Amino acid sequence: MHMNRREFLQLLAIAASSGMALDSKSALAGTAPANFYDVPRHGNVSFLHMTDCHAQLLPVWFREPNVNIGIGDAYGKVPHIVGESLLKKFGIKPGTAEAHAFTFLDFVEAAKVYGKVGGFAHLKTLVDKMRAQRPGALLLDGGDTWQGSATALWTDAQDMVDACIALGVNIMTPHWEATYGADRVMEIVNKDFKKAGVDFVAQNIVTNDFGDQVFKPYVMKEMNGVKVAVIGQAFPYTPIANPRWMVPDWSFGIRDDGMQKWVDEARAKGAKVVVVISHNGMDVDLKMASRVTGIDAIFGGHTHDGVPQPVQVKNAKGITLVTNAGSNGKFLGVMDFEVKGNQVASYKYRLLPVFSNLLPADPGMTALIKKYRAPYEDKLNEKLAVSDDFLYRRGNFNGTWDQLICDALMAVKGADASFSPGFRWGTTLLPGDTITMERLMDQTAITYPQTSLTNMTGETIKTIMEDVCDNLFNQDPYYQQGGDMVRVGGIEYSVTPGQTIGKRINDMRINGKPVDAKKTYKVAGWAPVGENAEGAPIWEIVSTYLRDKKVIKGIKLNEPTLIGVKKSNPGIEDFGGVMKP
Amino acid sequence: MNALRRNVLKGAAGAGTVAVAVAAGLLKPNLAMAVAPRSAFEAKNVGDAMSAMGASSPADSKDITVKAPDIAENGAVVPVEVTSAIPGTTSIAIIAEKNVTPLVAQFDMLGGTEGYISTRIKMGSTALIRAVVMAGGKSYTAAKEVKVTIGGCGG
Repeated sequence: MHMNRREFLQLLAIAASSGMALDSKSALAGTAPANFYDVPRHGNVSFLHMTDCHAQLLPVWFREPNVNIGIGDAYGKVPHIVGESLLKKFGIKPGTAEAHAFTFLDFVEAAKVYGKVGGFAHLKTLVDKMRAQRPGALLLDGGDTWQGSATALWTDAQDMVDACIALGVNIMTPHWEATYGADRVMEIVNKDFKKAGVDFVAQNIVTNDFGDQVFKPYVMKEMNGVKVAVIGQAFPYTPIANPRWMVPDWSFGIRDDGMQKWVDEARAKGAKVVVVISHNGMDVDLKMASRVTGIDAIFGGHTHDGVPQPVQVKNAKGITLVTNAGSNGKFLGVMDFEVKGNQVASYKYRLLPVFSNLLPADPGMTALIKKYRAPYEDKLNEKLAVSDDFLYRRGNFNGTWDQLICDALMAVKGADASFSPGFRWGTTLLPGDTITMERLMDQTAITYPQTSLTNMTGETIKTIMEDVCDNLFNQDPYYQQGGDMVRVGGIEYSVTPGQTIGKRINDMRINGKPVDAKKTYKVAGWAPVGENAEGAPIWEIVSTYLRDKKVIKGIKLNEPTLIGVKKSNPGIEDFGGVMKP
Repeated sequence: MNALRRNVLKGAAGAGTVAVAVAAGLLKPNLAMAVAPRSAFEAKNVGDAMSAMGASSPADSKDITVKAPDIAENGAVVPVEVTSAIPGTTSIAIIAEKNVTPLVAQFDMLGGTEGYISTRIKMGSTALIRAVVMAGGKSYTAAKEVKVTIGGCGG
């Protein structure tokens, strides 16, 4: 079936209004849901990969970004392509379930047809189905699993630990896990995971004093008679992007040399397949794959890129496949290798969207989730407001959810301006949805939630914005930290991504007046990386604002003026702000 | 073994000598803190510091490796390793170009010592970390940028 986008949109609208959703047998022609998860096995070695679920145990909405700009060599390349450009690149037909999963296009209308995504009970059914077809397959968890929901925060990650064990995770590497503190991480690794036989690997976490490995750098397993090695790569900038004081004795970093050493050691011990579960972020993974040899595949996360097919990266000794498996439980990566003789002869990869309506909930997992939620149901379901607006977070510069947080910070704190971190997690709400405490916690549930009101000079404000912008747009991926631009309330500005640090942020205005470098402004913010912060948690500030407002509508998205990015850039579509040459 | 080493150090911390012990553990034997004149350590810019240590125009060398993080986890203690494969290396100096007094350290290598040092330095802001190696009466250099960021706001 062929139709253009407008026709598809009309069809979606009709489908939604007539209550025809994806789970109905009469779902849209062309979506072919009946055999959606029939994925024949290829070869003899298989890995299932999940990453960055951010503790979302139940199905959610999650909108992919419409702005994800690639800088320098990354211009127009995966993962810096969005919307229609992405569909074209991967040959995905508009108007299909895949098109909805991988892009922001017509999100609200399509979401009503295809339903929510993810949820561990549905994911469990999918994992079991894939495993039944692939005896011996290993389930790898790329991290950012224990953080991102109210229940994960309130149970000190125990709900996620138990859910992952029940799901059948075999091997894991961390990022946000570290924000529960080193002691808690060690407790889970040495008790829960040890008992369950889950390996926790990270080649790039060493002690600050002697550089000793804190965790196993890799594990060897045998799968259908083939020796395989799985190396862990934690988020290299954990002590910079998150509070260092929570892991005071650990040093991270990229550590290419260490990676090469462990790959060589694993090969020497007979591994015929060597893969990495990585929390580097995709741009860093692509660079690492070009420098380190002997890796068959890097299963990546952190940057939350839903990439349908791996990028093949050439290096001195061969080719390394680099994947990225999205976020929020929305996808499961399935990599099948055919191993012949001493090496991988061929592969097949799918990034399967987890459509909750197409996958019956696993009863055991449903019961486990219910048990963990039970003590908190009243709190989770508290209705704070109704949103007439479409609330989402992802995108290089801003999202409506972040704008709402910035607006709340300014209003409640009496600030001239506000900052909110460029996190890439956080679920999506459709217009008309109720904002419950649970949905607010999806955006804010961290272990350092304190808010602040600080007097900052115009110069300091610019320095902060330049610093964060360089973490996003530095030409060298090894200097990128994988988050998006800090969200700002009350400050208009222009940004030139192609510039260098100190020169990207210009035309700054507060209340319509140019920002004075010497003048002091009251700036509200949250998520301090320093120790002993005392302000009220961000969810208190925003819930106060929401209860007062009751109905959220007409959010004014503060997008910067974008300079030097053309409309033809495959990393941007439907940008709400001004674009200048 | 490592646990033992750490416990020994913890014991030493009680005696207030941990800094010395760590330094001793990090440095190769036979190295002594150095001999660049006081004026080199007090110099306020890179040019003056290099002149004062007798290395006013060192040649760029690929035989020097400067290993340091791309982004510092803690600007107060940035780990830096310098390896010089230049035969007859007699000293290795470390310069943090944007520091108020850029010359951080100079290590003299006794005859036959491997040209390798590992230490931690303090950095105020993003800068090139430059190694200056003296060998056979000549000076050589290599540098690596280390970024010092405000932190926060990550993924």
